[in-house]
Amino acid sequence: MLIGSGRSKQFLNVVDRPIGKGKNEVSLSAFAFLFSELVQYCQTRVDNVAELERKLESSGFGIGLRMLELLCHREKGNRRETRLLGILSFVHSTVWKALFGKVADSLEKSTEHEDEYMISEKELLVNRFISVPKDMGAFNCGAFVAGIVQGVLESAGFPARVTAHFVPVEGQPRPRTTLLIKFSEEVVERDRQLGG
Amino acid sequence: MSQVYNLFVINKSGGLIYYKDFGSTAKLDTNNSLQLASVWHSLHAISMEFSPVPDCTGIEFLEADNFDLHCFQTLTGTKFFVVTETGAVGIDGLLRVVYELYADYVLKNPFYEVEMPIRCELFDYHLSNHIRGGKDRPTGGSFR
Repeated sequence: MLIGSGRSKQFLNVVDRPIGKGKNEVSLSAFAFLFSELVQYCQTRVDNVAELERKLESSGFGIGLRMLELLCHREKGNRRETRLLGILSFVHSTVWKALFGKVADSLEKSTEHEDEYMISEKELLVNRFISVPKDMGAFNCGAFVAGIVQGVLESAGFPARVTAHFVPVEGQPRPRTTLLIKFSEEVVERDRQLGG
Repeated sequence: MSQVYNLFVINKSGGLIYYKDFGSTAKLDTNNSLQLASVWHSLHAISMEFSPVPDCTGIEFLEADNFDLHCFQTLTGTKFFVVTETGAVGIDGLLRVVYELYADYVLKNPFYEVEMPIRCELFDYHLSNHIRGGKDRPTGGSFR
């Protein structure tokens, strides 16, 4: 076979072909079962809830790394955000759309702390079928998504600590999930030096 | 919508894994609900043996003077059954919806152990939503 001859599309070498858009649809049931198994697998390898949270975060981290790489190439012509607000809105819209098919419900800045931001979702896809037992306290399987966000931010050069929390909403029977993003000092400092 | 008194879910070995009553008529305490569930499990099994028809799948509907009992058995042997007022309609559909909710909010929950009692907040929530309003349809299997 002639490699890279360009005579016909099927002879193109894999690296010369345009990167695929990917199939945008996946069975929610299949995903839910897979995720459920992931959580159960993690549970067999930990002793307490805090460790389970960390385990789920680290499973998400690698996905975050890859998502940044892929989306910068696919959506942004190999450019990546260098400013704090830029990367946050990239996560809130581009990453969320690629992962969940929609932008996140809200992106807010903490009123108390300069270095904290929050991404909230009324019903996080991974939590759709999950009821956390009372004895696990405030544990949230959104820790997996928190890990993904942390992976994206860290590999983009914005080291941060991301955690998932349930937040009750007035007038709503179900709490929403908020991802709390706390950036490292140097990130905030650097962004300040770059100026508004 | 027809009045539903109680809902039971029993696992394949006859243990009661979920019980809920709706409204104030026909409330059962824990002991009675457990008893009724195991009696029903046995009756169901006996009916399969006694049936003159080959390949009988057991009692689906029991009609009494002051209540109806509708039963639905899944392929894996889990049984869902409800006690309703006499002449209630659309109960087969309801049982299938309950089955769907069970498949979604119980079986996809990583903290649920199969064949064990069901303690899932979301299952309770969607179930009572459905029984009360009848508008909260299960989400189905596909996304977007």
